[in-house]
Amino acid sequence: MGFNEMHAEAVAGVVDRVINRYKRDPTCMLQILREVQESCDWIPPEAIDRMQAMLGVPRTKIEGVAGFYSFIYTEPRGKYRVLFSDNITDRMQGNRAMMERLCNNLWVERGKVSEDGLVSVGKTACTGLCDQGPGMMVNNYAIGGMSEQRIDEIAELIRNKVPLAEWPPAYFKIEDNIRRADILLNADFKPGEALLAARARAPSDGLNASNMRSWREGLPSGIGGPGATLDEIKRSGLRGRGGAGFTTGLKWEACRNAQLKAGHQRIVVCNADEGEPGTFKDRVLLSKCPDLVFEGMTVAAYAIGATRGFVYLRGEYRYLLDHLNAVLAHRRRENLLGKDICGLPGADFDIEIHVGAGAYVCGEESALIESLEGKRGTPRNRPPFPVTNGYLDQPTIVNNVETFAAAAMIALNGGEWYAGIGTKHSSGTKILSVSGDCARPGIYEYPFGISIRQVLEDCGATDTQAVQVSGPSGVCVDASEFDRIIGFEDIPTAGAFTIFNKTRDMFEVARNYVHFFQHESCGFCTPCRVGTSLLKNLMDKLHYGSGSPYDFAEIEKLNQLLQSMSHCGLGHTACNPVLDTIAKFRPYYEKRMMQQDFTPAFDLDRELSAARQMTGRDDAGAHLVTEHGGQA
Amino acid sequence: MSYTFTLDGKVIPFADGQTIIQAASAAGVFIPHLCYHPEFKPHGSCKLCTVRVNGRHTASCTMRASAGMVVESETEEINAERRALTQMLFVEGNHFCPSCEQSGNCQLQATAYHLGMMSPHYDHFFPNRPVDASHPEVLLEFNRCILCSLCVRASRDVDGKNVFALSGRGIKTHLIVNAKSGAAGRYGLRAG
Ligand SMILES: Cc1cc2nc3c(=O)[nH]c(=O)nc-3n(C[C@H](O)[C@H](O)[C@H](O)COP(=O)(O)O)c2cc1C
Ligand code: SF4
Ligand code: FES
Ligand code: FES
Repeated sequence: MGFNEMHAEAVAGVVDRVINRYKRDPTCMLQILREVQESCDWIPPEAIDRMQAMLGVPRTKIEGVAGFYSFIYTEPRGKYRVLFSDNITDRMQGNRAMMERLCNNLWVERGKVSEDGLVSVGKTACTGLCDQGPGMMVNNYAIGGMSEQRIDEIAELIRNKVPLAEWPPAYFKIEDNIRRADILLNADFKPGEALLAARARAPSDGLNASNMRSWREGLPSGIGGPGATLDEIKRSGLRGRGGAGFTTGLKWEACRNAQLKAGHQRIVVCNADEGEPGTFKDRVLLSKCPDLVFEGMTVAAYAIGATRGFVYLRGEYRYLLDHLNAVLAHRRRENLLGKDICGLPGADFDIEIHVGAGAYVCGEESALIESLEGKRGTPRNRPPFPVTNGYLDQPTIVNNVETFAAAAMIALNGGEWYAGIGTKHSSGTKILSVSGDCARPGIYEYPFGISIRQVLEDCGATDTQAVQVSGPSGVCVDASEFDRIIGFEDIPTAGAFTIFNKTRDMFEVARNYVHFFQHESCGFCTPCRVGTSLLKNLMDKLHYGSGSPYDFAEIEKLNQLLQSMSHCGLGHTACNPVLDTIAKFRPYYEKRMMQQDFTPAFDLDRELSAARQMTGRDDAGAHLVTEHGGQA
Repeated sequence: MSYTFTLDGKVIPFADGQTIIQAASAAGVFIPHLCYHPEFKPHGSCKLCTVRVNGRHTASCTMRASAGMVVESETEEINAERRALTQMLFVEGNHFCPSCEQSGNCQLQATAYHLGMMSPHYDHFFPNRPVDASHPEVLLEFNRCILCSLCVRASRDVDGKNVFALSGRGIKTHLIVNAKSGAAGRYGLRAG
């Protein structure tokens, strides 16, 4: 029997156990698949048979879901599944050489399973370890600080088939690296405090009407607390920290005002998908102050009258799951979750954690909700919006981890206090995930209004050429713009702050980002599904020296099309890194424009590389010299 | 109750709940489309039916009509974008009209003609998609699939059978058949 083979009865046993724990609920499909895989190493056809029978769901649906997520395998991928993080920062830290080293050590080809079926080595999108990279994952557990020595040790462990649980714990230690803390990361906060403050808050002027509404709907009223809490959130001016910057108070109010159909309830969802390359602040918030985040969710539930909550945790952060569940269990014991929270009759709310499985698009709120429902993570058609028709068609708010943390502090200290921090248009603080070329990468929390230059100085960046703010879907800022500030009025950000010094090739940065978008496009709509592939091909064409000025025009046209025709934000922003770098770092492109006139992307010599690999030849006779560039 | 909106300046009446494309076709105005079919729930994925509503692009097969909307459809700009989308679909799959048995009776081809598409423009992807001929009566020619999901919806919503689904992600999205072997002849799709 191979490493990934199990008897059909054993597989059925695993499936039964998992499905029963999820109460045979097909909306938990992704969680079921993920947990079955944790036991079986992949999803064998027998597991799908059993799921089909137990859940009463057609096979096509199960396979459709399994096929969507990068971390769910419907083919054996080995006992050890190694994935190297392939963000641009990992590249800068030398992940490619390390991957080669591991492959050579283990006699396995990149992207393939070893011949004995023991191990596979591949790459994956940014794992959020940019400040301690290069990062990798083994069987979905994150390992940072990869070095040649560590690679050799890991190869040894795998060759000796040492179970993951017996690997040195030091590998799995992920640092918080908090370099600058402010009101959130420094919060002097005891679990429950914000809820008690919310409950005690007297209704303020003008809000009695909405308080009456909550009475009528049987929301916990506790002397008018919910409406008053909502009012504090509005007064704070808090805007979403997940990227789009929507005003939190308005979102919550819209959800609270949405009519409830019979049997429905309101839902609070915490978006911890954190897939934007270069962003890792939600990881640190969840690791350092989970209570603050959960409390913020509970405050939201109280304010809008929600009774069910979810955290959608990205698969890369699987290692946080057990700890987070322990914190939730503790909060239940302390009556901070569950029934009659803080002794308030009718204040019922609980939180469950769903873990993603390698799909950036699931950070988009409607795709996230689809995924929570156990489906493929395809963004929905809007309107209707989640605040009225979200999880299982119920009114739902989706907010970022940091938004909830801020909401807890606002419930505690009041909206006015919060609005006094930051700038006029951007109240409060922003947590930046700083990585790339600097002496002190890590987490920096600043009041809004901080300049790029100040951040660069604080983290010890010298000779900086560019900063990518807010990841590939954000903006690339060059040295002439370093006095610009972080804030909704100037440069909004979801938190990524990736630094490139003057030795970096900004074309390769953009190319890495384009590959990311191509890999993460959900494939639902034509412009993004095909357009991101076309863009990737164009960037590769330039990379291989077949570019001509004609290709600039093509990129520009693709951008127009993706902007206007795409279904969701992923497609809308997919061209950003290319347009920004063309505008600001054109010489890197011109260097590659070796052709004056249009030149086809097809290169005969490059096409022969597969044949060379098969025959093990790489001598001069195995190459063709072609007109343009030739031996790439 | 009936209301109106304008489509390229023409006044179009609509009933509550109608989408833009439904109201337009009821009024005899054609909007190019591929994944929309009047009998099935709209999908909104091919984006061919995109129009501009009050200046913003949106799929007319999923957007409900509302009173006073100003909709643009037959503009140079939008048709150029639709043409580009059609070209994308052509290069993504393997569509060789001269040798295709559906030639002359194909909505993709008709759309390309309608939009004045003269060439595929982009480089072909030439994907490797094996044909499924395991079924006695139905040939599944995946090379021609444009992922419109009409077959998925017809089977799921009308026949209640769930014979088809989309799997994979991104450019690797593909149609699957309800059968353990992945081939149509074995299960799911039954003759007659
Ligand atoms: C492709 C895509 C990916 C996204 N990823 C995330 C994410 O990882 N985390 C997040 O909080 N928001 C993400 N968003 C934004 C969410 O759709 C949504 O706006 C956000 O969760 C709302 O929370 P906020 O108002 O607190 O920011 C993403 C959006 C798009 C289009
Ligand atoms: S824009 Fe891209 S990610 Fe968004 S729905 Fe379309 S294919 Fe999916
Ligand atoms: S016909 Fe409307 S998106 Fe396809
Ligand atoms: S044949 Fe392609 S989706 Fe139906």
